[in-house]
Amino acid sequence: MAIFKDYNPIDHDRSLEDRRRHKQLVEKSIKENLGEILSHESIIGESKDKKFKIPIRGLKEYQFIYGKNTPGIGSGDGSEKRGDRIGSDRQQGKGNTGAGNEEGEDIYETEITMEDVLEYLLNDLELPNLDKKKFSEILSDKSKKKLGYQRHSIRPRLAKKRTVIEKIKRKQGRKRALKEFGLSEENNRFPFKEDDLRYFKVKKKPRRESNAVILCIMDTSGSMDSTKKYLARSFFFVLANFIRMKYVNVEIVFISHTTTAKEVNENEFFHKVESGGTYISSGYLKALEIINERYNPSYWNIYAFHASDGENWNEDNERCIKAANELCQLCNMFGYVEILPSYNTISIKYRLIEGVTDKRFIAVTIREKEELWKALKDMLKKEIREG
Amino acid sequence: MEYTIKELEKWNKNIEEVAIKFGLDYYNQEFEIIGYKDMIGYEAYVGMPSRYPHWSFGKAYERNLMLYKFNLTGLPYEMVINSNPCLAYLMKENTLLLQILTMAHVYGHNDFFKNNRLFKEGTSADYTLEMFKRHGDLIRSYINDPSIGYESVEKILNAAHAIKLQISRNVGIKRLSEEDIKREILEEYKKKSERRSDIEPIQKTDPPDVNKIPLQPEEDIMYFISKYGELTEWERNILDIVREETLYFIPQIETKIMNEGWASYWHYNILKEINLPSSLYLEFIKRHNDVIAPVRGGLNPYFLGFKMFEDIEKRYGRDKIFEVRSMERDESFIRRYLTQDLCSELNLFEYMKRGNFYIIEEVSDEEGWENIRNTLCNSCGMGMVPYIQVVDMSKKDKTLTLQHVYDGRELNLEYAQATVKHIVDLWGHTVILNTKLDGKETKIICNENKNLSRA
Repeated sequence: MAIFKDYNPIDHDRSLEDRRRHKQLVEKSIKENLGEILSHESIIGESKDKKFKIPIRGLKEYQFIYGKNTPGIGSGDGSEKRGDRIGSDRQQGKGNTGAGNEEGEDIYETEITMEDVLEYLLNDLELPNLDKKKFSEILSDKSKKKLGYQRHSIRPRLAKKRTVIEKIKRKQGRKRALKEFGLSEENNRFPFKEDDLRYFKVKKKPRRESNAVILCIMDTSGSMDSTKKYLARSFFFVLANFIRMKYVNVEIVFISHTTTAKEVNENEFFHKVESGGTYISSGYLKALEIINERYNPSYWNIYAFHASDGENWNEDNERCIKAANELCQLCNMFGYVEILPSYNTISIKYRLIEGVTDKRFIAVTIREKEELWKALKDMLKKEIREG
Repeated sequence: MEYTIKELEKWNKNIEEVAIKFGLDYYNQEFEIIGYKDMIGYEAYVGMPSRYPHWSFGKAYERNLMLYKFNLTGLPYEMVINSNPCLAYLMKENTLLLQILTMAHVYGHNDFFKNNRLFKEGTSADYTLEMFKRHGDLIRSYINDPSIGYESVEKILNAAHAIKLQISRNVGIKRLSEEDIKREILEEYKKKSERRSDIEPIQKTDPPDVNKIPLQPEEDIMYFISKYGELTEWERNILDIVREETLYFIPQIETKIMNEGWASYWHYNILKEINLPSSLYLEFIKRHNDVIAPVRGGLNPYFLGFKMFEDIEKRYGRDKIFEVRSMERDESFIRRYLTQDLCSELNLFEYMKRGNFYIIEEVSDEEGWENIRNTLCNSCGMGMVPYIQVVDMSKKDKTLTLQHVYDGRELNLEYAQATVKHIVDLWGHTVILNTKLDGKETKIICNENKNLSRA
């Protein structure tokens, strides 16, 4: 006679440990794939809530299995004929008792948002928590706040409305006094007196500085092909998103240059192909010009990033380094990224590293697609340390 | 629950009486009622109450839970373990009729476990639970050993899981000793040299190398690596544990169609005999038809097995099906007993992927049905696992050469490469896999630094 054991409502979830480990591996796999995700063009220009699907690799349980030319057997309704197509998406056969547990293609895909990506990026930078705080501590003492009123101060701080109120108060008081004494009101002129005057009390208050401008400078000369541009694009995109996390108000300026530079809109910046030579200095000078015109460094946190493939016309090198040094003086950070440089030229990167010693300058290289992630990390690490 | 344990016991009594009358011969049975979450858990751990930790079980759990939540799959009504006493889990959420049907179904499995040749020779039901427990404890002790730790154990388990099915596929065949094999090889050579006829030109064949490793192609890659690999003791133990557990599961892999067919045959015949009230009888017919429903485009093992046992009983009588359940495994079962009539009654067809489409290659008519039967024989049970042998171990640099025995089916390259890498994790030296890709002989080579190349 069989033995029956009744239901025991106590939850004994013994799979917890293995599920935790599985989850950990999934996250690891996501992080490992981030570089690839970021260098994929489709993420550009999406809002930070947009979700990306990432197939998770590394969690397959590999075994020797058969591949494409493996026949299978199915059951039908008798109407099947040789040569019939039975669809491109074969349904997996499973009994209603759910006996099927056959190893199929692992269907794991997970969705993450741009925010998650940046979060992973931050985690990946392995910063001590202390450093993270610096984000919000950019304060300036330029701002002043009116805090109440006072009787004596300088003329420019005269609080007109308040002064009028004081005068009306005095007038009303006089009216009441006259009434009490039974005197009638004379319709006389009622002038301001020294006593009515009120001035703003002004207090200096530290305020969070939250304006930032990102100057994206890109070489659009003939040698920058579309692959390089995509990489540059991804690079700018992530940096821009990263800086957006830090500041409330972020403006982005796009500057494209060949031998001359001009400010363009986002679309032109990424799509327009120009031909001609390269004066990198032209881009830097344009950036300096824009900063001087519109973005006073005392109010704006300025970030300048320049992407190029490292080619520059020789006669421009000196000017270029001079301009780069000037940019460094104005910017919180000036980053230079060299994308897929050709090996047979001495790239401008080395000249810049030699010529620009300011610690706000950082140069990185992306030699192949996969290095994008590393390059970003290097740059952001710097930004956070100095930031 | 809409019923009490008392009720289940009452129905169980009826079932056992009928089962014994029919001649079923089973281990003592234990039923445990569990909730759906536990069922998902047991499913992930193949029913075992205790197993060693590995993320793949966590993955299986998550997948089952996801499929269940999205209603993509039902849960098994039961889960039954080949052990003595036989352990079965019944899901609390089942209706009374489902529990009755499931219990009857379990007795079918139980009888199969106790009497089928593969289970009798390949597993020891008396020690099943202890074995899994012991393995779990040992691996946990390695994880807790500060000189080994979780990640090292996991790496070996990952690699062992990758080749766990590359072991002896024939249950109950004794491994010959080295000396026996050597003697055989030498005798073979002697015979060959003597038996030359007068008309044939004299050909000198080199004497066989009796110091070669392996002497003969070795299909048990797990065994080979455990024996000749440079593993530490704990690594070797883990490899042996995974191998031993896989050996336990091989009879189940090899008899899926028969086992489910047999259990379905018996739940059907038992439930007809236990005087179900008419309200339950209707549900019984409906549930039974669900269980054995053919799946369009796929093959439901319950359906095929049930129909075949019914067919065999019709043709040879009831005693015959008992003999069949003792002797056969899926491949021989189908080769011997699947007839053209049944093939076409079940509307079986063969398909193949061509480009992006699945194209029907054969249907169950006069000229097609034998191909279908043969394909089914070759792809059921261990037939779905590519057959790969160790053919050589270099004495010079320990390079391991594997041979995929090509039968028309090519390997999935991505998986093959990753699996070869796992073998290098265990072997520590270059591993070469000879196979055929796109019709061409190909070598997949992975050196000890895990760099892959093809030649």
